[in-house]
Amino acid sequence: MRLKTRYPLIVGLVLVFAYFYAQNGIVATSVSFSAIQLALPLALAAMVGVMCERTGIVNIGIEGTMLISAFTAFFLGAIFKDTVLGVLVGIFTGSMMGLLLALMAISWKMDQIIAGVILNILAAGLTSFLYRQNYSIAGTLSPIEIPILSDIPIAGAILSFHGPITYFGIFIVVALWFALYKTSWGLRSRAVGEYPSSADTAGVSVIKLRYINVTIAGGIGGLAGAYLSLEAVGIFERGFTAGKGFTALAIMIFGRWNPLGAFAAALFFGLAQAVTSQLMIDEVVEIPQQFINILPYVLTIVILAISAGKVRPPAAEGIPYEKEKA
Amino acid sequence: MTNLLEIEKVSKSFGQVKANDEISLEVAPGEIVALLGENGAGKSTLVKSVFGLVKPDSGVIRINGKVIEPGDTASAIANGIGMVHQHFQLVPVMSVTENLILGDEPRKLGVIQMKEARNAAKAISERYGLDVDPDAIIEDLPVGMAQRVEILKALRRDVKLLILDEPTAVLTPQETDELLDVLRNLAKRGVGILFITHKLREVMAVADRVVVLRNGKLVGTTSPKQSGEAQLAQMMVGREVVLRVEKSQAKPAAPALKVTDLQVLDDRKLEAVRGLSLEVRSGEILGVAGVEGNGQRELVEAICGMRNRVGGTVFIEGVELPNLSPRAAHDAGISHIPEDREKHGLVSSYSIADNLILNTFDKAPFAKGWIRNHDAIAKNGITLVASYDIRTPSPNLPASSLSGGNKQKTVVARELSQNKKVVVAAQPTRGVDVGSIEFIHNQLIAARDKGSAILLVSAELDEVLSLSDRIAVIYGGKIVATFDSKSADRAEIGRLMAGSNA
Repeated sequence: MRLKTRYPLIVGLVLVFAYFYAQNGIVATSVSFSAIQLALPLALAAMVGVMCERTGIVNIGIEGTMLISAFTAFFLGAIFKDTVLGVLVGIFTGSMMGLLLALMAISWKMDQIIAGVILNILAAGLTSFLYRQNYSIAGTLSPIEIPILSDIPIAGAILSFHGPITYFGIFIVVALWFALYKTSWGLRSRAVGEYPSSADTAGVSVIKLRYINVTIAGGIGGLAGAYLSLEAVGIFERGFTAGKGFTALAIMIFGRWNPLGAFAAALFFGLAQAVTSQLMIDEVVEIPQQFINILPYVLTIVILAISAGKVRPPAAEGIPYEKEKA
Repeated sequence: MTNLLEIEKVSKSFGQVKANDEISLEVAPGEIVALLGENGAGKSTLVKSVFGLVKPDSGVIRINGKVIEPGDTASAIANGIGMVHQHFQLVPVMSVTENLILGDEPRKLGVIQMKEARNAAKAISERYGLDVDPDAIIEDLPVGMAQRVEILKALRRDVKLLILDEPTAVLTPQETDELLDVLRNLAKRGVGILFITHKLREVMAVADRVVVLRNGKLVGTTSPKQSGEAQLAQMMVGREVVLRVEKSQAKPAAPALKVTDLQVLDDRKLEAVRGLSLEVRSGEILGVAGVEGNGQRELVEAICGMRNRVGGTVFIEGVELPNLSPRAAHDAGISHIPEDREKHGLVSSYSIADNLILNTFDKAPFAKGWIRNHDAIAKNGITLVASYDIRTPSPNLPASSLSGGNKQKTVVARELSQNKKVVVAAQPTRGVDVGSIEFIHNQLIAARDKGSAILLVSAELDEVLSLSDRIAVIYGGKIVATFDSKSADRAEIGRLMAGSNA
């Protein structure tokens, strides 16, 4: 079924793009360009969800992970005047948040929703409390020109000149897809998320694998945070992530817990936002800015309503693993 | 001959309970050893210790003279131990091949060599004559097939000792016979086999040696040649057990429960009961035989008001029963011994006395208007605990303090003491020890003789055969044949259960 719907969808999108391009070439390419930029943090955040839930851990703390990582990435990057260092700090912070979630959810067997809420509250509290004004970074990560690609007419304008995290993020999406479905790590991770005792009885350590995956996923969340503060805009504000970590969960579900699916869903979100902004700028539609801002949330609700009951989450998610008692 | 497996004085306690108390036993290569015992005798704990799923408190386990690391599954696997679990350890959404290779994947730089894995899966299924499609998804397979995968999974790693935990609990008689053949073949190849069961028939058929456990202790080692079924049962329970249910000739009267053209959907909204009709007369037991998942659960729930009927009718003594109300079903005269006593039979945090009035709590003498009558409830509790042999220090203890058999006796006591017109008993002895099984069977016969119409649904063919006056075989949501129990042929019923319309 998925194969049957995938290709007409792509063809349809290309046709729609061709139509708009014929209307106004510059606008069509710039909207597409910004769609990718808007989609990237969502896609990376959704990868955190995919990786955690595939191994059976629900992570609703992605929002907090991104927020606190964006914070540490920005301020340490600013203090040391080193943006690349900032990115690494962001990744490290994220993986520590992942480790904390792993500790609460796996070792302490806490309710995973509550553990995720703790991450979010922790991040919101710390970043507000420690926030200082008058810091700035040396500069955002500079865009990269992809040699041959940038010479291709339309595609070059859309796909080239993105920042390094964007390209690395796309690489992560593809790599995660490959790893999940083609490697023994992926097979074991999926088995742990579906039916952990089957992995345990086959000699795979459920606890260890969950720890590793949740921690690495946290690092990806950290990268998403660093993208927001160091590549997309170059500032940090309180409540800066604006619900992207929650939207990512909807994207993950819409993408059926598949990295490529989630990436496509994230592009759809990004495109919807980019198009609406453009319509406003062109004054085609006169909607107050506030309504534009709620668009991601409305889309989230609509998508969850459509996909509810049609998709099947990993069977063991949210359940702490305990060896069977005799 | 050197021993393949040596268990030496293994002990394991869970809290106050000694699950294994200094148990020692050996298995030689090519030998089939049956581990026999009631529920809670410590069989599962023992084999889990061998496989490293449970860490024993003391004692040594050796394979070919080599001590294996306690509580470490990976070490057990590395030493050639394979285990077929009671609950299949298979990922339902994955393919046969994926399940077979899990934990030991053929790979290059971490990338799974799927083609190689598939060929290996094919090769091993051919080598042992266990035919399965390597690309089939587990959840689409019938239970017997899934079990083959489970066995293959164990065999794949060059197994020297194969442990099977109640492997036949979910199989049809035919599938069981096939499995026993597989076990014999494996033994011929020199694999040592240790299998747990509480079905004496299988022990007699296949075991070279029988080890009997009771209350965590090893009570004896014997062989089917030395001891008959009755003797084995006595060793298990610790007293003489009547294996055949003693019952007088039924005296059936008018039909009490009549089901016509019943249609019921299962949880996935698929039709599970498809135009089923049956009739049970007062004073008889109608046993429904069938492999689980052929609509038995839905049939029982539809009769007892727990599940919506989409078509057909249920009559109690000629009066039509309304849809979807357990309360109405109860008031119309149906007693229900549910399949899942923990979920539908008891409130485990309530006292035993309260559980005994769970569906009569608002009726006299247990209530006066809005007020509960504690004296009557306590008195009822004491009476039923005594007359139904519920082993507890006090009826005021929570139901969760009881063992499985005593929990079931509590449910049986509540339902049968009300002398209803119809009794629907679903898997009434599942997970219950032999002593309690005997008791519950006698209570069902007694209820029959008092004039109740009893619909017995059980996955245990032996239970259906020994208790019923008439036997109906259910397959694919329909009754495919009905027999008088005297003329019933075990093999034929088995064939009908498997769906052949011979």
